[in-house]
Amino acid sequence: MRLTTRSLLPRVVVTATAVALLAATGCSSDSDSGNSASSHTTDRGPITYVEGKDTTETGVVKQLVEVWNADHPDEKVTFKEQSNDADQAHDDFVQHLQAKQSDYDLMALDVVWTAEFAAKGWLQPLKDSFALDTATLLAPTVASATYNNTLYAAPKNTNGGLLFYRKDLVPTAPATWAEMMGECAVAKTNNIGCYAGQYAPYEGLTVNTAEAINSHGGAFVGADGKTPTVDSPQSRAGLASLVDAYKNGNIPPQAITFKEPESQQAFEDGQLLFLRNWPYVYGTAAKDSSAVKGKYGVAPLPGVNGVGTSTLGGYNVGINPFSEHKATAMDFLRFLTSEKAQRIIAEGSLPPVLGSLYDDPALVAEMPYLPALKESIANAVPRPVTPFYPAVSKAVQDNAYAALKGEKSVDQAIIDMQAGIESAGQ
Amino acid sequence: MPVSAGEASGAEPDIAAAGSKPPGRGSGKSGTARRRPLGGRNAWLLIAPVLIALAVVIGYPVVRAVIMSFTKDAGLDENTGMFTDGGSAGFSNYTHWLFQQCPSVTGEMVSCPPGTLGSQFWAAVGTTLFFTVVTVALEAGIGLWMAVVMGKSFRGRALLRAAVLIPWAIPTAVTAKLWYFIFSYEGIANKALGTHLLWTSDAWPARSAVIIADVWKTTPFMALLILAGLQMIPHDVYEAARVDGASAWQRFTQITLPLVKPALLVAILFRTMDALRMYDLPWILTGNNPATRTISVLVVQQVRQGFNSASALSTITFVLIFIVAFFLVKVLGANAVRTQEDQRKWAK
Amino acid sequence: MAHRSPDGPEPVLATRRKGLRDFRIYVGVVIIAVWGLAPFYWMVVTAFRDPDYTFDVTPWPTHLTTENFRNALSTSSGNNFPRALGNSMIIGGASTLVALAIGIFAAYALARMTFRGKYIVVGLVLGASMFPVVALVTPLFQLFTDIGWIGQYQALIIPNISFVLPLTVYTLTSFFSELPWELEEAARIDGASRAQAFRLVMLPLAAPALFTTAILAFIASVNEFLLASQLSSDKTEPVTVAIARFSGNDPHVVPYAAIMAAGTIVTIPLVIMVLLFQRRIISGLTAGGVKS
Repeated sequence: MRLTTRSLLPRVVVTATAVALLAATGCSSDSDSGNSASSHTTDRGPITYVEGKDTTETGVVKQLVEVWNADHPDEKVTFKEQSNDADQAHDDFVQHLQAKQSDYDLMALDVVWTAEFAAKGWLQPLKDSFALDTATLLAPTVASATYNNTLYAAPKNTNGGLLFYRKDLVPTAPATWAEMMGECAVAKTNNIGCYAGQYAPYEGLTVNTAEAINSHGGAFVGADGKTPTVDSPQSRAGLASLVDAYKNGNIPPQAITFKEPESQQAFEDGQLLFLRNWPYVYGTAAKDSSAVKGKYGVAPLPGVNGVGTSTLGGYNVGINPFSEHKATAMDFLRFLTSEKAQRIIAEGSLPPVLGSLYDDPALVAEMPYLPALKESIANAVPRPVTPFYPAVSKAVQDNAYAALKGEKSVDQAIIDMQAGIESAGQ
Repeated sequence: MPVSAGEASGAEPDIAAAGSKPPGRGSGKSGTARRRPLGGRNAWLLIAPVLIALAVVIGYPVVRAVIMSFTKDAGLDENTGMFTDGGSAGFSNYTHWLFQQCPSVTGEMVSCPPGTLGSQFWAAVGTTLFFTVVTVALEAGIGLWMAVVMGKSFRGRALLRAAVLIPWAIPTAVTAKLWYFIFSYEGIANKALGTHLLWTSDAWPARSAVIIADVWKTTPFMALLILAGLQMIPHDVYEAARVDGASAWQRFTQITLPLVKPALLVAILFRTMDALRMYDLPWILTGNNPATRTISVLVVQQVRQGFNSASALSTITFVLIFIVAFFLVKVLGANAVRTQEDQRKWAK
Repeated sequence: MAHRSPDGPEPVLATRRKGLRDFRIYVGVVIIAVWGLAPFYWMVVTAFRDPDYTFDVTPWPTHLTTENFRNALSTSSGNNFPRALGNSMIIGGASTLVALAIGIFAAYALARMTFRGKYIVVGLVLGASMFPVVALVTPLFQLFTDIGWIGQYQALIIPNISFVLPLTVYTLTSFFSELPWELEEAARIDGASRAQAFRLVMLPLAAPALFTTAILAFIASVNEFLLASQLSSDKTEPVTVAIARFSGNDPHVVPYAAIMAAGTIVTIPLVIMVLLFQRRIISGLTAGGVKS
């Protein structure tokens, strides 16, 4: 054990050596990054677009890049594909930006990272010569890219929750939560679970809790995007709707282990009457391996008196402030939000941010869930746009998890959630 | 008695004790005691690379963590919404964890609300200690039994030893995924037991799952360490006891147990240190489940929420484990030495 | 080794008691064998079973297929398991080599020399071997982020040395102290220098010890997950991290069967190593363990 005082002296000596060694290696990689954040605003040239692994079947990013490059031979875009693990992709960005490197010109950010990057000064504000016309874009998606009243990124694709239901058992989708709970008798007679979303303690639980609370008129933060307001009767009613359904078995007990895959699996095995999930399930449930192939429909999430409130997913694309070709990067952002690019995105089964595409007959024929999704996204609320999002999300999921499991009352969970969100980032 | 226990255990090289002995350990048999003393500066030259390497990979990060822990994490500038450096933190990063103090909206310190990492420190300490005590106790008990069985003579003994090495050789991450599959809702654990337990979610099933997986993986290692100790016990001791009419149970409690105690205590010490840093199993098997959140899990969750506060937490963790190790070495170490001395006297 | 068995040979008369005793031993043997093998067996059975029957509980292999292995090794769904295997070899191999290269000198000094402060060195090495790696995560994550090392091999190899090196030193020290050093003395009397004596006479004798220590160090290094999960990128992640993050063809389905196949791929070489070098590994483990 390193206990004795006698061992201290040699340790100090060697530590000093070590510091010198590491400092030497450290300095060398810092020196090559002398970019200032305000330069290169009118410079053009080849740029690099960075996003996590593209899992779309059509290869959306590749198509986008090809279309762009055909028109811009001198300002070619290169696609740098990151890991398919969100944490790794996040850390990769952080590292490049911390070192003020210019090699990642455009960065596709998960909506919940946008505020963090903006607050750290790692995103070029989209104002003045970088202004982006957002009039045609879905309002909630623009909100998700806005921090401190400034737009910091261009929404690229969005995502919203949908209700999948067994149309062979219930002919029409329930319009409200109460109606859906009423139809749980059908599930009982068929000996299957009634409803499930994602309730394992991870980001998915934050999303599901947010949807329940928002649908009942509650909100995590107020209009300023900062002040925590979750301690309200509406939020209590929202969380209570989930907790009650879990207690009385309308949400089956094993749903507390569900992330997206498990809940989707349960639905596709025919074990669930209703499922809350992302649009991708529309495609996977149609595969041969699915027991509900041809037996399911899709609808907006049910709320209190009608359509419920979905939580927004998706990606925003921001410009690296250290980029050396910002003018080209900005043009590519404008291209990304154009109809041409948004159509390519939609055809890859990623929900576009351009409102008009949701009514496009050709796209609707291909993806019949688009009208339901449009309604869902029109009612969507972005998750709090805060640099301390991980702490906020943790406060939500930990307390919601405890309430679901009956470890604390709904009242207490909401009070603790409020306090937890308040202390995030203080 | 022809073979003394002292000499038998002399065959187990004791690196702590090595320093106290004259150079050339086998001096008794080889007669090289006249060898001129070795060491001095040369010895330090040979050892220097190891010390420097350890200083770089352990010493430097620890010092860096301590320095970081006295700095505030970056906060937001109210007007610009931009991050600004936090400045000096004094001990606030430490009180944050130890007394679960969080700043409130108004800036005064309040107790950390549930759902913040700060509120989970002592619970995580409790979980870690609980896992440590339960797994090490189970592993020592079952390991001792395994060692006794494996010490008997039977055909295929080598094969059995190879078989118990398999759980030890499988990387913990793979073990965790394997048990994750076994304990999944539709998995074989529920089917074999006829239960519908949520092994990775509900508090006690999740704790049991972690304990079962850990005990499965490390008991064989424990058993082999104990077995090595068992094999140091000279056979004549048993012979004599048998002649004196001692029963099998008496032989176990009066001979095996006391003689194997040093090996057992060392094995327990090593395992305890291992269990205190448990991360892979609870994290991969049960994810962000509060019932199985160990200190290591808490540190890793904090890393991305603020380096400096995380540094304070890892420094606390380090000190905590250090204190436990210190007491164990004092208590167990003294115990082991005393037992060894007793044995020597007894054997003469 | 029968003569070393604690209970020793039985008196000839007690045959009936011996029968009962044998029975009890074999029950114990079976329990231990099942303990060691059953979960591993279940992993292999599932790995070779059609993924549609993953949750089938038939205890023997059914619905045989190699599909899971193809899925596990496929790079089409964002995994790159072959690369992760290579990374583990690189990281494990490099950490082991570095640890052996510098550890061997210290082990020699500790086993062969007397000098002031030896206790401190021994204590430091033992302390380091018990050091919680989690205390390294934060400073290293921040440091490596600053100098752009996250996702580079040295960011994974260097921290591994923190636990591989102490293990190497104490295992080698206990092996070395059992070697017949009088041979070295003899060589020196014949005029060899200390270095020559070590290199020409002792090193060949110590080769098995070095080999065993290398195996132990390599296994310990490959086993590491915590630091690797924080400090690696998709390019450098080792198998432990790859398995924990494994996602299937469909990113939204838990690919249990493919994970079991991936686990099997990782484990089989280790199991073969264990079977081949069982005796050595145990002596190495206990050398480091029994005697601190």
